[in-house]
Amino acid sequence: MPDSVCKIDVEIKNRNGLHMRPAMLLVDIASRFTSDIKISNEQTSADAKSIMQVTMLAAAAGTKLTVTAKGHDCNLAVEAIKELIEVRMFDEEGRQETVQAG
Amino acid sequence: MEIKKGIAVSPGIAIAKPLVIDSEDYRIPRRSILSSAKITEVKKVRDAFKSAAAELGGVGSDDNIAEGNIKDIFAVHQRFLKDKNLRKKITDLVYNDLLTAEYAVSTTLRDIANHFAAVPDKYISERATDIYDIEKRLLRHLLGRKREDAATITHEVVVVAHELSPTQTAGFDKKFIKGFATDAGGRTSHTAIVARSLGIPAVVGLEDVTRNIDPTATVIIDGNRGVVVIDPDESTLKQYQQFAVQFDRLEKELDALRDLDAITRDGVAVQLFGNIEFPNEAEMIIDKGGHGIGLYRTEFLYLYSQTEPTEEDHYNAYTEVIRVFGNMPVVIRTMDLGADKFTQSKRFAKETNPQLGLRSIRFCLQNLVMFKTQLRAILRASVHGDLRVMFPLISSLHELRQAKMILRDVMEDLDEDGIKYNSNMPVGIMIETPSAALTASILATESDFFSIGTNDLIQYTLAVDRGNERVSTLYSGADPAIIGLLRSVIHDANKARISASICGEMASEPEFVMLLLGLGYRTFSIAPPMIPEIKKIIRSVTIESCNDLARKVLMMNSEREVINYLRNAAIKVLPEVF
Repeated sequence: MPDSVCKIDVEIKNRNGLHMRPAMLLVDIASRFTSDIKISNEQTSADAKSIMQVTMLAAAAGTKLTVTAKGHDCNLAVEAIKELIEVRMFDEEGRQETVQAG
Repeated sequence: MEIKKGIAVSPGIAIAKPLVIDSEDYRIPRRSILSSAKITEVKKVRDAFKSAAAELGGVGSDDNIAEGNIKDIFAVHQRFLKDKNLRKKITDLVYNDLLTAEYAVSTTLRDIANHFAAVPDKYISERATDIYDIEKRLLRHLLGRKREDAATITHEVVVVAHELSPTQTAGFDKKFIKGFATDAGGRTSHTAIVARSLGIPAVVGLEDVTRNIDPTATVIIDGNRGVVVIDPDESTLKQYQQFAVQFDRLEKELDALRDLDAITRDGVAVQLFGNIEFPNEAEMIIDKGGHGIGLYRTEFLYLYSQTEPTEEDHYNAYTEVIRVFGNMPVVIRTMDLGADKFTQSKRFAKETNPQLGLRSIRFCLQNLVMFKTQLRAILRASVHGDLRVMFPLISSLHELRQAKMILRDVMEDLDEDGIKYNSNMPVGIMIETPSAALTASILATESDFFSIGTNDLIQYTLAVDRGNERVSTLYSGADPAIIGLLRSVIHDANKARISASICGEMASEPEFVMLLLGLGYRTFSIAPPMIPEIKKIIRSVTIESCNDLARKVLMMNSEREVINYLRNAAIKVLPEVF
């Protein structure tokens, strides 16, 4: 059976964008899935399991990204990532102003 | 073949393969490896990632510093260190482009950092600093391994580095280190001092030797002319092999002077002492015919261990040296750290101008527990021989009085504990600031002896950083300002009937010996390997001619005029040294 492919569009909503700490959360979640997961903007595509590549997207607030997963758990993967980015907003918006980790 | 010119700081000729030592504090030059080394080089990268990640794991689990913020930062760094993508990018560079592990790590992470720095969003662009932190951590692991390799080498090498720090030189297996070549440094840099005390050739101030070195090529270090030859052609190599033989012959001739007195042709005796840093150098002074130690630097005790030395550490180091010297004088200089010389782990608040900051005796007077520990050990050791104590960087009478008061406190403590010491142990000071030189007549009333540290005296008087290759040419003992100070200090010392010796580099430079004798100095303390050469000069001159020379020099107006005159005079006396 060929690997299924799942695709979903997301938008970065937290004010500080996809900086170090959010990238870490994203990588940690992506790494839980066996699917090969790419996250891309208009120019480049990053391996969602590589913090180097994810942070190099340098996605500021408002950036629109596409998450593409390939594998049997691709559906769960893209949903989990969408939730992290758009619903949980990397747990950032509830954090105090002074907390600017990573 | 490439020929590079630098500053000759320690004589001799060394021919060997280079051991290149980079530093995480400077940019890592692009260097190639042989194809046969690529697998071990890739493994080095993997090991560095592994040990750096393990190190961070330890940091994160330590609850004391695991405050939210910091914990997140380290957790992020750890994700980078475990990022297979990042690691592969680096190992590919090593494997495919045949570059060193250090360079591949450095250039890859710097590219990433530059990528961040260029992002307009400030919150993201500032993350470049995180990448630099990760780069440094990886380099520390890679270079740390290399430094350990330097301690365990089994073949002869010459060390090539940006600049050598005390921690680096302490780790060397001295048996196999045949010479030094560094980008930075001047005549009185740490590299130069260590090279002279080991008796190996060194050339410093080469500016970019680390960038041009080929780790697989032969290197010649000519410490007589200040030249480094990388990958010499056959005829050059042959010529240098002959030079090396000639140099050895001259050394042997000089060693024959060992048992002769240091006495001028008209019968004036001069005392020649040695400067040492490590207890095991003491023997070399005796071997070379020295009469004692004029400057026992004690910084090694503080620099080469992770913890502060205990009283017993001090005591053992001092008694080890006294044992070698019996009743010959041993002058111990108290801790002279601060500024540039302090180790990373003990570095205190960053100073904007460390040379004029909290260093040396000033540091001791603000850290009394540490200072008293050293003084107590010196006093306890004083019963075993002719031990004398000397305070560095004294700049006022008040400071000298404070230091002596602390010494008396320690004596009282020893009295209370019933421990013996020499209550008449001579207490002297270094004259190395212009203020001390100008108030020598006042300081002489409360000092038993003076020792002039010409390195710092020149640096402070001429306002020249001796280690900065861009201005180091302005640093010169032949400046009329220095000669004027030297004359007035010996005059004040004679008037107060106390001794004044020279313990700086100046006394081991052949061109200055006649001048110093002519100014009235009769005691020199120098790097042990230099003793025979300086003795030969002393035995070749008369005090009358030295007095005459000093009189002429005191009338001169410029450094150029003085140095040319001194060189000509020295060449006439001892042509083979030049």
